[in-house]
Amino acid sequence: MKNVMDYIEMKIPAKPEYVGVIRLTISGIASNMGYTYEQIEDIKIAVSEACTNAVQHAYPEGENGEVTVGFSIYEDKLETMVTDNGQSFNFKQTKEELGPYTESTTVDQLSEGGLGLYLIETLMDEVTVSNTSGVSVFMVKYLSEERENHDKATSDHETN
Amino acid sequence: MKVNIEQHQNEKDVFVHVSGEIDAYTAPKLREELLPLTEGNNKVITVNLKEVSYMDSTGLGVFVGMFKQLTKNEGELKLVELSDRLKRLFTITGLSHIMNISDNAEDVGR
Repeated sequence: MKNVMDYIEMKIPAKPEYVGVIRLTISGIASNMGYTYEQIEDIKIAVSEACTNAVQHAYPEGENGEVTVGFSIYEDKLETMVTDNGQSFNFKQTKEELGPYTESTTVDQLSEGGLGLYLIETLMDEVTVSNTSGVSVFMVKYLSEERENHDKATSDHETN
Repeated sequence: MKVNIEQHQNEKDVFVHVSGEIDAYTAPKLREELLPLTEGNNKVITVNLKEVSYMDSTGLGVFVGMFKQLTKNEGELKLVELSDRLKRLFTITGLSHIMNISDNAEDVGR
């Protein structure tokens, strides 16, 4: 087991204009760690989705809240935790209602929201969501190719 | 971080060029500008996404909204010049089976 090498934590106001700031930060961290372009873009989407969920659902309109994002940097992986202290939601039920859509999906069944959590689960290697007080989304992306279970085979891997 | 939208139209065809980042912050602006274009019957809207450098589920939501509205009014939505990244987003969500997306510009400016 490898120890955590570095930890970075950021707190942003629960407002949509700050999601892009988190994206810039995670992009820099992932780039430093040596992830490929494709992997960095996947991480950016997953972390943005978690922040978007927190910003949009955690606090009722007009209530100011905060979203905390923690990055644990390991030799072989990046762990990201996005957490708010707002309202929790029923994760299992929400998950069951999620995409992907299939060819038999009718136009009426298409939803304008709800794909965020599905994308997080698809783009990251491990995802855990807890909703004991507020919602925390914990996600892991591995650096080494053999630990990945998605279609990264085509992306060039940087030599160490 | 921002999104830019340019559009021009003739009788029933609308061409829209979107550039920038589409996320939780910019998607509402995009929705506000694009959704009114779907009003009316048999509208054909072509959206060029070539210069979109980032997009997530908030952007997908905007285009799903347009698609639903246009389909209801017997119109059509074409998303063209998608980058590999954007195409992947439509593919993994299953939307590429349902919506008309293309990585080339065949329909633009015709």
